[in-house]
Amino acid sequence: MDKQVGSEAIKRAFPEMLKGGVIMDVVTPEQAKIAEEAGACAVMALERVPADIRREGGVSRMSDPELIMQIKSAVTIPVMAKCRIGHFVEAEVLQSLGIDCIDESEVLTPADESFHVNKRDFTIPFVCGARDLGEALRRIGEGAAMIRSKGEAGTGNIVEAVRHLRTIQDGMRKVIALPEEELMTEAKNLGAPYDLLLEIRKQKRLPVVMFCAGGIATPADAALVMRLGSDGVFVGSGIFKSSDPIRVGKAVVRATTHFQDPGIIAEVSRGLGKAMAGIDLRTLRPEEMMASRGW
Amino acid sequence: MKVGVLALQGDFREHCAMITHLGAEAVEVRLPKHLDGVDALILPGGESTTIGKLMVEYQLVEPLRALIASGSPVWGTCAGLILLSQRTDNAMAGQPLLATMDITTLRNAFGSQRESFGADITIPILGEEAYHAVFIRAPLVSQVGPNVTVLARLNGSESEIIAVQENNIIGTVFHPEVTYDTRFHRYFLQMAEKRVNI
Repeated sequence: MDKQVGSEAIKRAFPEMLKGGVIMDVVTPEQAKIAEEAGACAVMALERVPADIRREGGVSRMSDPELIMQIKSAVTIPVMAKCRIGHFVEAEVLQSLGIDCIDESEVLTPADESFHVNKRDFTIPFVCGARDLGEALRRIGEGAAMIRSKGEAGTGNIVEAVRHLRTIQDGMRKVIALPEEELMTEAKNLGAPYDLLLEIRKQKRLPVVMFCAGGIATPADAALVMRLGSDGVFVGSGIFKSSDPIRVGKAVVRATTHFQDPGIIAEVSRGLGKAMAGIDLRTLRPEEMMASRGW
Repeated sequence: MKVGVLALQGDFREHCAMITHLGAEAVEVRLPKHLDGVDALILPGGESTTIGKLMVEYQLVEPLRALIASGSPVWGTCAGLILLSQRTDNAMAGQPLLATMDITTLRNAFGSQRESFGADITIPILGEEAYHAVFIRAPLVSQVGPNVTVLARLNGSESEIIAVQENNIIGTVFHPEVTYDTRFHRYFLQMAEKRVNI
């Protein structure tokens, strides 16, 4: 018997198991335990949540491997961690730590402004951000096994997440509906591999799992993006920047499962305390937007 | 034929698609009321801690146990098998289990996602043709009770147990739902049809 490790099929199957779940940003082993207790299906090990990265500024890098290992040994659920865009050595370090998935993330300061990591070189799966279908398919072309719509991290404002999710869905509807002779031109316009367009037409969906990220702060936000076709949610600052993380965490998990049931969303939203304050995106300068990092 | 698929978290969509493809009706189960009229039940892959907690919070544990006790066919894949097991030896303390099958499971037995793999195995009940099985952070069955039949091992008669059956309950540590091989789902639907026709 031959064990096939790290094939595209095995990498793409991992996020399938996360679907319908909530992946929570955590910065300490204690927070990781709270996330697991709240019902998270995975945690993202970080040194600073996006809201703090935004506030404190400076260069944001891969987390200390010591912290990642402490978080990994604190929980039984999958652990993810972020590397900078294009920083393949950070990615190799993360893979050597035996974490479950790497997020090549625009939330960290990019290491390369032209090229993303060649994710096909790796045994473990990658998740990458995207604002539209072309960006999603370029990342899948590089070997990403999972996509997350970018949103605008650390703002507690859902508007960009909704925009990116709808833009990706709209792109897919177009690819599915176009007559075949227009497909190559569409691939050119999207800047996306032609073969992946064919795959979308066949499966009537993206070839990999797509979660939503960047601005989810309440249970209703989580349910909204599920209703818009997301397979699950990433919550960054929204949980541990709220006044009662365990309650908010549980409420977001329940709302993600029962996203079609407004009665349950109402129930879990009652008396949750103060959500994170959030940022009106019109007050941000263009260079403060994280979503425009990567191409 | 109506097959309930526990849809709290995980890859329930793939199970539903497979069941529908084979001509049966699939129902997503998130609350006890969704079990009405269900002939058989699938517990999907996913995170067993997440699914277990939501099962407790939404009062699904007793209705699911009652359905299993009534003899309805039930099948757990990966996380679903952990939830069916009476004992699990490296879970977080107090992880909720349905505890209806006399087996011990070992969570993440192969390691993290880096060690996840696909392999061609033999499952005698599905015939001699090789079966491509997908193991994602898979558990193993480390002990079985006297009434449990071992349906498959990873690599020969002495190796790790990866599929089991105890009367109306079956469990696999791998994921037939993420492949295009329908044989395991057909085996399960045949079990369910036999029972409905009695």
